[in-house]
Amino acid sequence: MTASAEVVLSIEHVAVRFGGLVAISDLDFVVRAGEIVGLIGPNGAGKTTAFNVITGFLKPTAGQVRYRSSLLTGLKPHQIAGLGLVRTFQRTSVFQNNTVFQNVLIGLHRRGRSSLWQTLLALPGESRCERELADEAHRVLQLVGLEQRAFQLAGTLPYGEQRLLGIALALAVKPSMLLLDEPVSGMNPAETARCMQLLENIRASGVTILLVEHDMPMVMTVSDRIVVLNYGRIIAEGPPAAIQNNPEVIRAYLGEGKKRA
Amino acid sequence: MKRAPALFWLLAIATVPLWLRDQYYLHVLITTAIFIIAAMSLNLLLGYTGQLSLGHVAFFGIGAYASALTTLGFDIELPGGFRVEHAPWPAVAGFGIAVAAAGLSGYAIGKLSFKVRGAYFVIVTISFAEVTRLVALNWVELTQGPLALNNIPPYTLWIPGVGDYEFWDKRAYYYLVAGVGVVTYVVIKRLVGSRIGRAMIALKENEPLAGSVGIDVTRYLVLAAVVSAAMAGAAGSLYAHYVKIIDPDIFLFIYTVTMVIMVITGGKGTLAGPVVGGVIFGFLPVVLRSFAAPAVQWIIYGALMIVIVFVLPEGIVPAVERWSRSWRSPRPAEATILASSKARDE
Repeated sequence: MTASAEVVLSIEHVAVRFGGLVAISDLDFVVRAGEIVGLIGPNGAGKTTAFNVITGFLKPTAGQVRYRSSLLTGLKPHQIAGLGLVRTFQRTSVFQNNTVFQNVLIGLHRRGRSSLWQTLLALPGESRCERELADEAHRVLQLVGLEQRAFQLAGTLPYGEQRLLGIALALAVKPSMLLLDEPVSGMNPAETARCMQLLENIRASGVTILLVEHDMPMVMTVSDRIVVLNYGRIIAEGPPAAIQNNPEVIRAYLGEGKKRA
Repeated sequence: MKRAPALFWLLAIATVPLWLRDQYYLHVLITTAIFIIAAMSLNLLLGYTGQLSLGHVAFFGIGAYASALTTLGFDIELPGGFRVEHAPWPAVAGFGIAVAAAGLSGYAIGKLSFKVRGAYFVIVTISFAEVTRLVALNWVELTQGPLALNNIPPYTLWIPGVGDYEFWDKRAYYYLVAGVGVVTYVVIKRLVGSRIGRAMIALKENEPLAGSVGIDVTRYLVLAAVVSAAMAGAAGSLYAHYVKIIDPDIFLFIYTVTMVIMVITGGKGTLAGPVVGGVIFGFLPVVLRSFAAPAVQWIIYGALMIVIVFVLPEGIVPAVERWSRSWRSPRPAEATILASSKARDE
């Protein structure tokens, strides 16, 4: 990605404190259109907190977040999703007691338009709208390769496939930018490879991606750029190759006085 | 084929007065049916959005009082010298006012109380019901307080070929209540099977995730509260014009508890659950009265409730559905999943 691409997401001097605990001290970075940016860091570095701030689940103590022309700070999660910025969750990323198909239908919520009265009076517009949504749901499931699982309860899927369904759920919202919280955690190598291909396809369709991930080979391969967090602040930022050799990053992950083989 | 069970149940409901001649049992059936409507409305909130409202009787009572006052008329003086006079309207208008008044209070309570969840929401709803009871008890000028509103006239409907018909007859009233009940059931069925219902189910299961896919959580909670309250208000109106006398005791906590018992034992979050639970716990006192001493009746009532909750924690209807599936199918696991997905798709 060229550095000249338009900035879509900008996190501007965001800080989050819980009482005396500093989760994020000063976070400041941007994501450009069409990029895949990896946000990494040791456990407790503030990655998920950053996601929560960006998507409106947490109010920052200071600073602000902008997406395209909108100021996100103060908006509710559903409003941010409405702007096209959609996230997945690390845990409980799917509606466990609903089928895979229904999960995607729920994700398609904002694309349905049937009103209360249409629903109650069973007007013809409603059933047509529902059919369109069902078709769309099948298309999304095909995209992530879960159409065989459509009528299983999401909670009964193997963990790796639940992660995929979480992505499908987010894709159903038709995002212009995806925030993925550890998309391949719990996946086996084959599933991880499939997921990486999926991310490439998603990006190719014009979606910008910011992901948090602990699987280093994966995140180094898919990302155009890496942002490294430690103790709530950015310690390094740059292309994967540069990050891998950054002494401060190595120190953060492996501790003082160690060299990478 | 698909409509056969629905037709069967409609026919069953319609033919009950033909073989049930005993006026007392018919009376029990009518009051039970009214409470089933209230329980169904509670189920929309408790079963589908997962919010436990322990003040649901408030909407029932508001409906009853709104309907009765609309029909009886009132003449009150408000602070500042305003005098509000209302001439009696027909009871059918009372029904409409009851639905509107209960729905409006559902909106107000929803807007206020959905800022909190869990135990706090429960406390807000209990308090609301208690406040409405105190108002009904103490605003004597409007509600007659403990003296009760008496002589509430029956509904009058214009029926083709009959003319104006007054609902004095128990059998006629049964059909009226059954009609409202069926409409309530269909409305809930259509609602939960739609995009709106999916949003409610989603926010019950995982509120943050629902928000992240763009569902306006508060909006759908308030919507559920309004629809649920309006239905409870309709039940309240049916009750007022049936028993023809209402006093502040209509707001007692025990009525909410009865509705919750009906929903939980029948199976919350299922369409048939409140109906099954309602029939069981509506008729149980009558059955017990025929052979047990008063003290023993309530012991059995309580014991049965505990047994159901322990043995079938998810409720009777989901348990029966599971059994009938595993009985019919050689491969229970897969069938369960397919059937449940089908049931949800409907």
